[in-house]
Amino acid sequence: MSKTAALELKKVSKRFGSVVANHQVDLTVYQGEILSVLGENGSGKTTLMNMIAGIYYPDDGQIFVDGKEAVIRSPKDAFDYKIGMIHQHFKLVDVFTATENIVLGLREEKGFDLKKSAARIREISEKYGFEIDPDKKIYQMSVSEKQTVEIIKVLYRGADILILDEPTAVLTPQETQKLFAVLRRMRDDGKAIIIITHKLHEVLALSDRVSVLRKGESIGTVITAETNEAQLTEMMVGKKISLNIDRSEPKNLTDRLVVRNINCSSRDGVKLLDNVTFTARSGEILGIAGIAGSGQRELLESIAGLQHVDSGEILYYDPKTGAEENLRDKTPLQIREMGVRLSFVPEDRLGMGLVGNMDIAENMMLRSYRRGKSIFLEKKQPRTLAEEIIKQLEVVTPSVNTPVRRLSGGNVQKVLVGREISSSPSVLMAAYPVRGLDINSSYLIYKLLNEQKENGVAVIFVGEDLDVLLELCDRILVIGAGRVTGIVDARTATKEEIGLLMTKTEGGEAHG
Amino acid sequence: MFDTIALVIQRAVVQGIPLLYGSTGEILTEKSGNLNLGIPGIMYVGGVSGVIGAFFYERSTETPSSFLLVLIPLLTSLFGSGIMALIYSFLTITLRANQNVTGLTLTIFGTGFGNFFGGSMANLFGEGGSLALTETSLAFQTSFPFADRLGSIGTIFFSYGFMAYMAIIVALIAAFVLKKTRVGLQLRAVGENPATADAAGINVTRYKYVATVVGGMIAGLGGLYFIMDYTSGVWTNGGFGDRGWLAIALVIFALWKPNVSVLGSILFGGLYIVYLFIPGLERSTQELFKMLPYVVTILVLIIVSMRKKREYQPPEHLGLSYFREER
Amino acid sequence: MANRAEKKREPLFHIVKRDTIPFWQSILIRVAAVALALVVCAVVVVLFTDLNPLEVYTTMISGSFGSMRKFWATLQNTAILLCISLAVTPAFKMKFWNIGAEGQVMMGCLGTAACMILIGDKVPSAVLMLIMVVVSILCGMLWGVIPAIFKAYWNTNETLFTLMMNYVAIQLVSFFCTVWENPKGSANIGVINMSSHAGWFPYLFGQQYLLNILIVLVLTIGLYIYLKYNKHGYEISVVGESQNTARYVGMNVKKIIIRTMALSGAICGIAGLLIVAGTNHTMTTSSAGGQGFTAIMVSWLAKFNPLVMILVSFFLVFLDRGAGEIATAFRLNESMADILTGIILFFIIGCEFFVNYQIVFTKRRKEAR
Repeated sequence: MSKTAALELKKVSKRFGSVVANHQVDLTVYQGEILSVLGENGSGKTTLMNMIAGIYYPDDGQIFVDGKEAVIRSPKDAFDYKIGMIHQHFKLVDVFTATENIVLGLREEKGFDLKKSAARIREISEKYGFEIDPDKKIYQMSVSEKQTVEIIKVLYRGADILILDEPTAVLTPQETQKLFAVLRRMRDDGKAIIIITHKLHEVLALSDRVSVLRKGESIGTVITAETNEAQLTEMMVGKKISLNIDRSEPKNLTDRLVVRNINCSSRDGVKLLDNVTFTARSGEILGIAGIAGSGQRELLESIAGLQHVDSGEILYYDPKTGAEENLRDKTPLQIREMGVRLSFVPEDRLGMGLVGNMDIAENMMLRSYRRGKSIFLEKKQPRTLAEEIIKQLEVVTPSVNTPVRRLSGGNVQKVLVGREISSSPSVLMAAYPVRGLDINSSYLIYKLLNEQKENGVAVIFVGEDLDVLLELCDRILVIGAGRVTGIVDARTATKEEIGLLMTKTEGGEAHG
Repeated sequence: MFDTIALVIQRAVVQGIPLLYGSTGEILTEKSGNLNLGIPGIMYVGGVSGVIGAFFYERSTETPSSFLLVLIPLLTSLFGSGIMALIYSFLTITLRANQNVTGLTLTIFGTGFGNFFGGSMANLFGEGGSLALTETSLAFQTSFPFADRLGSIGTIFFSYGFMAYMAIIVALIAAFVLKKTRVGLQLRAVGENPATADAAGINVTRYKYVATVVGGMIAGLGGLYFIMDYTSGVWTNGGFGDRGWLAIALVIFALWKPNVSVLGSILFGGLYIVYLFIPGLERSTQELFKMLPYVVTILVLIIVSMRKKREYQPPEHLGLSYFREER
Repeated sequence: MANRAEKKREPLFHIVKRDTIPFWQSILIRVAAVALALVVCAVVVVLFTDLNPLEVYTTMISGSFGSMRKFWATLQNTAILLCISLAVTPAFKMKFWNIGAEGQVMMGCLGTAACMILIGDKVPSAVLMLIMVVVSILCGMLWGVIPAIFKAYWNTNETLFTLMMNYVAIQLVSFFCTVWENPKGSANIGVINMSSHAGWFPYLFGQQYLLNILIVLVLTIGLYIYLKYNKHGYEISVVGESQNTARYVGMNVKKIIIRTMALSGAICGIAGLLIVAGTNHTMTTSSAGGQGFTAIMVSWLAKFNPLVMILVSFFLVFLDRGAGEIATAFRLNESMADILTGIILFFIIGCEFFVNYQIVFTKRRKEAR
């Protein structure tokens, strides 16, 4: 049986400045199948898909739809070829209703009638079992509701080729199962579905075939039924690796940071943190696991003085004197002035941790510029620090004067972590510090965190990859919907156990 | 008493009409994400382009037809302000220049252009002296013949030239288009979130161009109304004053809704002239009263930002240019 | 479906953001833009006069440098424009779109004029001068700080707020012009302290404007150092780039916004002082004369570098005066200057695109396929 290729890419390349995002990538997907595009963060999956969806235009190569060469210059062109993409970052207009977002850009022949459209949306929702209010505004919706709108948008358009960019990152396991059921139904309907992911178990559970990308190049395509995790991992990272992070036994454990019953809520009154209590001890790495958006960011920002806390206390014990300080509702500056050496590697590196348009030395200054009584900036010392970090962490950069925005993700992170460590902290918090990094850079970061731990720093590590959390951390705090659902010993816990805790809700009962 | 009120309303409407054109045009423009601070300049050019058209037509014929007396200035005005808006669009949309800087330059240029041609038209091409387009102005000022017979009602509702009614109709059409049509929905999407609009297959560039140019043309009509109807065809340099900025203020006051700005323009017009009707004001105090429209706008701006209601905020992407491949 | 592929053609070119551009290349692009603009301007002028294009330029040059008096006037105008441009710069660096310089300058004028009129003959001249400086700075500052407070606490749109503040200031000035009118009924102040010269800036070395120029020069250097080497200057850059980062490292963003706008307003106040006490010795509703808006262009074109602003403001003043000369010589309306300035600015604004972006033509692939 020879099927028609619904979509075929031949030797597609894309560069951004000096960075090669895709190099001569080939990819084929047939009607009635689910193809996984697997690759590490930064392997060029999203760029590749954006070229199919018309967001980027390839520098080189050809795209064929149904065997005919296609030129996709804009998303509109993509729609004409019946290609629909569900982006990882939702493309929705906040002040519009679900219906308005769904019909946006459509040219229906029946004319413009939002009521009729809403009725059709209800129809689609019923058919696939979505729960959605077509008249609800996007800014009032939860993340999963927004994703539902995105999916309905594509279904409404009757796309034949569907691309989903990391659709499960924001979903609970139950929602993921629902989504997979929908995708299977669409496949049986004869649609071609591409799902981008870096989660192996999803690949194995859902797809018919897997194409693997590595460093912007296609490595190969295998049939899911004939492969296994080990083979896919090897294709994905290049060499067969076992996650082998040296983990030393914690020494001289002392309570450094005690968080007690903190609560905080968003402007609209939604609870972000619900009675969170835990202790971070010096000389150990405390991991924080949870589905994205469960309150991890708010938790770290509360400690760092960036998030208002409604109630509870955040106690810090000075390593030298043992004196107790309450950090709650102190500003970051006050916390510094109290002599608390708190370092924080935030999730948003260029939007928060660093200033993209400033060079490495100027970014070093962010932490140190207040020093000294002079009204003028001390420029020499940050420069020396910058040069040291470049040397020690092997930062690849044309010079100290290069704006950090131009560095690659891994090098940006080295600059940020390097700066935060340089102030010899007593508490180090890192949010998703290896997201988007290649394996080598990731391991360097793990090594740095371990060194800090051995130096007696209380390290708090927010991660998404459970394997890494289990191998790197000493204890893992699991957070679900803003509350602590469990604290486990990383040496004895299993992935399944943590996975269960991540989805646990009130009353101690886990779903599924 | 009732006559005085009728007169106040009539004066307020007459003052408000140029602002209404300006604000309707600017709302369309801003809904596409372009903050066009060149509107004051565009309104000058809209006015003076009409003057140029009328000037040459009046000189070219002994027996002008009132139809052409209206049509020609109307077309030249639309053309002039359209070109201005096109310059703004090209610089900010295609060349992605900073909108504030481009807009302010447009205002410098447009004001200069207006005053140059308005002021030296007669010198350059005619017999000298000052410019008075009496015939054209009469054609523009023609109101309903029965207005006089209806007393106060006639004064309030029927005493204006056709462009006043047109302003209200244009504003209502704009409101309808923005709220009820597909084009309006897509335009609003472009101003709120161009990346989303782009991903939805909307031609962001085209929408921005069309909205800005059409918006500029509508705003330009405000200048035309002012010169042909309000000042009876007599150009005074700088006579248009700060009405262009007031039109931009009105956009904020109306919370980006053209139908609201119909009433808003009359209110602004009223605030602009209210000092004339308050007895016993010193000349100096009158000057203080003239700041009312601006103070009111500032208050609206503050209240809206404090309330943080999403529907009342400016388009989210206002003032920013869009580049699809930005990383 | 079948002919869909044929309908789509490859785009001829697409646009890419530049990583870096060699310094000389960016200069070349800008010089070319100005040259092109000057040619267009010449064509426009030739259309309305009988000058040949070369004469256009010589007339313009003589307008700015034709005599000692003209030369000093050119320097003086440059100083005022430069002063206001300096004022808006810290705010712009912070990405605070202060287009209210016009109003802030007017307030400075008002403060100065008030001192001269109300206490001009009551206090010794040194004290008067000191009071004038303080009052004009405070007035300008007040006008800058009000929108800043609302921006800092409620994120009120500063572009529109400061714009409205301009007209409130102008009406305020207009009010006082009538209150202090001289002679009665003229709604004009006339020359203040005509006989006593109280509050007038002294002549330096026989030059009326030298003091103004020196003050602005000191301000320029001061601001350059402030922005580049001072800790506040660094904070301004960080807040401008990313408020999140600023908060993350413990900067008080609200305080920085308000403080910077206070500075911005204060310098505008000084500009007002220079205009009233150092130049015109009177105040009208057009004392600022739209320079608050032109200054925005100067600051932006100079990429917020105070030293480059000297050149840019000089260039714009030169154009303005040159065009004015042409207008007088040919009995044209002086608005000619605005037209020419506008044209040149359009070109400079447009050319920034070629500095920041690159047009890449699609490589033609083999025709036979």
